[in-house]
Amino acid sequence: MPYVAVKGGEQAIQNAEALLKAKRRGELAVPELSLEQIKQQMQLAVNRVMAEGSLYDPDLAALAIKQSWGDLVEAAFLLRAYRTTLPRLYYSEPVETDRMHIQRRISAIFKDAPGGQKLGPTFDYVHRLLDFKLAAENNQFSVPTTEIVDATEATPRVLNTLVHEGLIGATKSDDPADISPPFDITRQSLSTPTSRDARLQNLARADEGFLLSMAYSTQRGYGKNHPFAGEIRVGEVEVVICPEELGFDVAIADISVTEVQMVNQFKGSKQIPPQFTQGYGLTFGYNERKAMAMALVDRALQAKDLGEAIDGPAQNEEFVLFHSDNIEAQGFVQHLKLPHYIDFQAELNLIRQLRRNYDQAQAEQNGVEQTSPPASDSSASSLGHAPSPHNGDSTQVPNLDHLSPEPHSPSEVPA
Amino acid sequence: MTLSPQLPSSPALPEPGFNFAYLDEQTKRSIRRAALKAVAIPGHQIPFSSREMPMSYGWGTGGVQVTASVIGQMDTLKVIDQGADDTTNAVNIRRFFRKVCGINTTERTEEATLIQTRHRIPETPLREGQIMVYQVPMPEPLYFIEPSRTEANKMHALEEYGPVYVRLYEDITRFGHIAMAYDYPVMVNDRYLMKPSPIPRFDNPKLHMNPALQLFGAGREKRIYALPPYTKVKSLDFEDHPFTVETWDQPCEFCGATDTYLDEVVTDDQGSRLWICSDTDYCNQRQQNNHLLTPTLS
Repeated sequence: MPYVAVKGGEQAIQNAEALLKAKRRGELAVPELSLEQIKQQMQLAVNRVMAEGSLYDPDLAALAIKQSWGDLVEAAFLLRAYRTTLPRLYYSEPVETDRMHIQRRISAIFKDAPGGQKLGPTFDYVHRLLDFKLAAENNQFSVPTTEIVDATEATPRVLNTLVHEGLIGATKSDDPADISPPFDITRQSLSTPTSRDARLQNLARADEGFLLSMAYSTQRGYGKNHPFAGEIRVGEVEVVICPEELGFDVAIADISVTEVQMVNQFKGSKQIPPQFTQGYGLTFGYNERKAMAMALVDRALQAKDLGEAIDGPAQNEEFVLFHSDNIEAQGFVQHLKLPHYIDFQAELNLIRQLRRNYDQAQAEQNGVEQTSPPASDSSASSLGHAPSPHNGDSTQVPNLDHLSPEPHSPSEVPA
Repeated sequence: MTLSPQLPSSPALPEPGFNFAYLDEQTKRSIRRAALKAVAIPGHQIPFSSREMPMSYGWGTGGVQVTASVIGQMDTLKVIDQGADDTTNAVNIRRFFRKVCGINTTERTEEATLIQTRHRIPETPLREGQIMVYQVPMPEPLYFIEPSRTEANKMHALEEYGPVYVRLYEDITRFGHIAMAYDYPVMVNDRYLMKPSPIPRFDNPKLHMNPALQLFGAGREKRIYALPPYTKVKSLDFEDHPFTVETWDQPCEFCGATDTYLDEVVTDDQGSRLWICSDTDYCNQRQQNNHLLTPTLS
């Protein structure tokens, strides 16, 4: 009996894991990375993993990065899976970003604004030249000295200037009936149509690359809304909870966040006068690219509420929200690696049958005039036959219907 | 029930630091609530707050969460993928539950109280008291006609299934038969259109009036649906084009079965093939019985 090598086993899985661990460690002569090194010297990676993993914990994020061999999507996945095991004890009070301990703050709409502009550490104006000196170790860089601003003072928002003039829409929910607790996408199943609180939560942990592309598409005309960077601020904010059993506020952490308020043109509708509208972005850590993309997509998704035409993918909430999560996306794309013998066998039987019918029909058309039986062949008795050697070219299944989103398969996507 | 020659694998101690079955009790309760709703409305998809599990979405997280929320210390679990107990993903999920539950596992369909499956229903008939948990990639049967779930929900509410029949009809006009090989849509309890998960058409009749409770979990799409025991399940067809299942010309190479779903195995690069049962437990048991019978016959 021939050997049938179709099954994998527990031993193979264990060996694969052991091999992965060894490969990840690399050469033993090279010192092992410490979590502290990752946390400090790859801080932006840690930030991204915390944001997409939707868990603020730099130590665990650093561990996840180390464990995932530097694969940041995999690291975010590790954090999410760990997050599942944590109990939900309290909801925090709204974070007051007005009182942010600011490291960086810029506005692109006014030359100067109350509170001032502050560049902070940014790649923006750095010439992107490879710094070969950095290849050597023991680099020492010192922090430039600047005047120290009183950190306790609140920095007013640039957008308030427009609010005073009534030129920017208050972002809804002034309605007292609408003070219901916010939607929680980690505890409720998101279903469309959604509200903005659910959308923002989804975007806050969405894949950075996906958001960036969606945001970019709006700038290139697929749902255009003329954005301006109203204000970008980066710094530490205090997280406060108010446990019912205590009845007073308790500060539990300082977290670092990036907040973006975009100002967008809106020409007005029958109900709403012409004014500016805003898109909002907030991420854990220092991540302007993502926060800006988030703000653009947030604004694009307000199209329905504002009565704008929906003609770009970024304005379609079902399209954006259900494809934004890289933990979900990477899993479903990669699950195609799992065995699919059963559905492939079923598909193989079907294609063979279709091919036989097709060949038969062709032969009848080309052959001598004879009373041709109908092409219908509902008997499935000969399905299992090995095919006559066919040369792997396309099976020439005609396109089934023009409405179908997957044009080339007679059945559905194997899953 | 006969005593198995291979005893169920002995329970290991559950991994410390995790709750029984990984999920916390609160989460398990919320999933059971969704499952109860699903049982009350057979074939209807119930949203649930799916969690990230320590395996990827698309690799059975819906099934894993359903199993985790119904499993108890006295359960005996069987996990199959493609009908086999020893495919990598089946091994991995079984390993996971042994780790976080320390429960008994088995490969024998009749010994299991809980069976998690991907792509097959065992050939051995299920019985009352057993629970089948299906891993579902795409719970929405209308998605290939209407990708928007908002619209699809409306179609379900209005029982607007005409377009599905049109699609089947189009197949008949083009091919002379319905060209759908697996995940063949069914009508449940004369009301809801349901996807049976990507099982082959061959398994569809087993869904009908099954004595076991059948639960379907879609983790990434965050939906649970169910077939309570003895539910009417009809595969879509037309009076003049009745539903049919696949048959094979040859029996299983190993056990000689002629009434099972066969896997085609390519054995060399000359196009040689052989066909074997996809249900490894069923096939092994038949081989053992054949082996026991042979001496008495000769």
